[in-house]
Amino acid sequence: MEISTDIWVWIAAIFTLFIYSFLYKDNPLYKFAEHVMVGLSTGYYTAIVFHTVIVPDFWEPLVHSISKFTMSPAEFSSYAIANELTTLPTVLQDFSPVVAIIMLLIPALLGLMLFTRFIPKISWLSRFSLAFILGAGSGLAIPNSFQTRILEQLRGTIVEDQGSIVVPLFSIDAWRDFFSAPGIGTFFEAVSGPLLIIGTLCVLAYFFFSKEHKGVLGGAAKAGIWFLMIGFGASFGYTVMARVSLLIGRMQFLLTDWLGIID
Amino acid sequence: MRRQIPLAIALVAGLFGALSYFIQDPTVQDIREQLLAWLRLIGAFAIGIGIVSFLRNHGKKVTRQVSGWAFNAVAIASFLAMSTIGLFGGISDSSLFRKMFDFAQVPMEATMFSLLAFFIASAAFRAFRARTKEATLLLLAAVVVMLGRVANIDWLSQATEWILAVPNTAAARGITIGVGLGIVATALKIVLGIERSYLGGE
Repeated sequence: MEISTDIWVWIAAIFTLFIYSFLYKDNPLYKFAEHVMVGLSTGYYTAIVFHTVIVPDFWEPLVHSISKFTMSPAEFSSYAIANELTTLPTVLQDFSPVVAIIMLLIPALLGLMLFTRFIPKISWLSRFSLAFILGAGSGLAIPNSFQTRILEQLRGTIVEDQGSIVVPLFSIDAWRDFFSAPGIGTFFEAVSGPLLIIGTLCVLAYFFFSKEHKGVLGGAAKAGIWFLMIGFGASFGYTVMARVSLLIGRMQFLLTDWLGIID
Repeated sequence: MRRQIPLAIALVAGLFGALSYFIQDPTVQDIREQLLAWLRLIGAFAIGIGIVSFLRNHGKKVTRQVSGWAFNAVAIASFLAMSTIGLFGGISDSSLFRKMFDFAQVPMEATMFSLLAFFIASAAFRAFRARTKEATLLLLAAVVVMLGRVANIDWLSQATEWILAVPNTAAARGITIGVGLGIVATALKIVLGIERSYLGGE
């Protein structure tokens, strides 16, 4: 048994114990750790965004553009490409430093306009930025969401990719195999595809609220609830296992890395 | 004017964002890339709004010395320490910032989530009493998935795989398609100016 002498391991262990103290009851030690965590997380994202977005996408290109202000458009174009200056208008093949500065200042200005929300008299200015974020974001989301969340999902409900071959989910071959060699394995092979199709349709029927859930639609919606319940149960089971896995990880840290009880 | 111009911006930016997906012209794709870069940069500024709100919210409690204000001061101090070290000391793998992330933030977040292992057990006991057919299905699926992941029993592992691959996928797919339709509908409402709650009152 060899207790760690690393100050960082001690810090991690103490914060871990502070948070586990909540299992007894809400107490100042837990509250202290909770607030430290909130502060650290906010600080972490502040620094990460500054170093990964603000500096490379705004500050560096702006400084380069200002310092090369006297360059001709052609010279600056090759300089920008050589220095991999991002967020510059690559669409303009021979752009000048002035154009680059303007193209960088527009999003910065829109970003700064967001802060007018804190000044009631001119808070309406933040609408311009919000309109751009929501408008452009929504426009970009329409085809992307349609492609990935609707078309691809519908395709996955109809056919299955097996390497380079596309196989229909409702497979006659699977049923033929089942009838020629009846067994649990071949049975599940045969029913899985149709069940996936029926299940998806029934869940969609459950979420269709434009018609009262009676008759065929009511029956389909009811079956949809069963599929949803199995899905939620599986998700719950998975979540529990993930949390238990984290718990085991923390216990291993305390007993191995900190206290050295386990090798 | 204060409402019409933002609506026009949303319409133009939205229509371009949507239509540029289908136009494979290099110039249009370049402008689309530019649009994404602008959104990323404005998004970074938007995080500043969150930081100001964070500081205002906690700062107000500290200055008014409301109950538990010392914890709010701790949150501000932690934020200032982490952000200052990150902004001025860098974020490389060998930096102090990274040490604080690896040995303070990550362990605390992992511990916080692992706490749920205890509470989820008591919640499951209350929620999983098989009072209806639907609750029974939920219970069975959860039990099979949990046991199938740890017990070394062949048929149980196969049952788990089947539940995850068939009924669970069907449910997830139905939800995903519904979410997709919802996103498209809401996005269209924003672009066309039907949904304008983001403009606020006035």
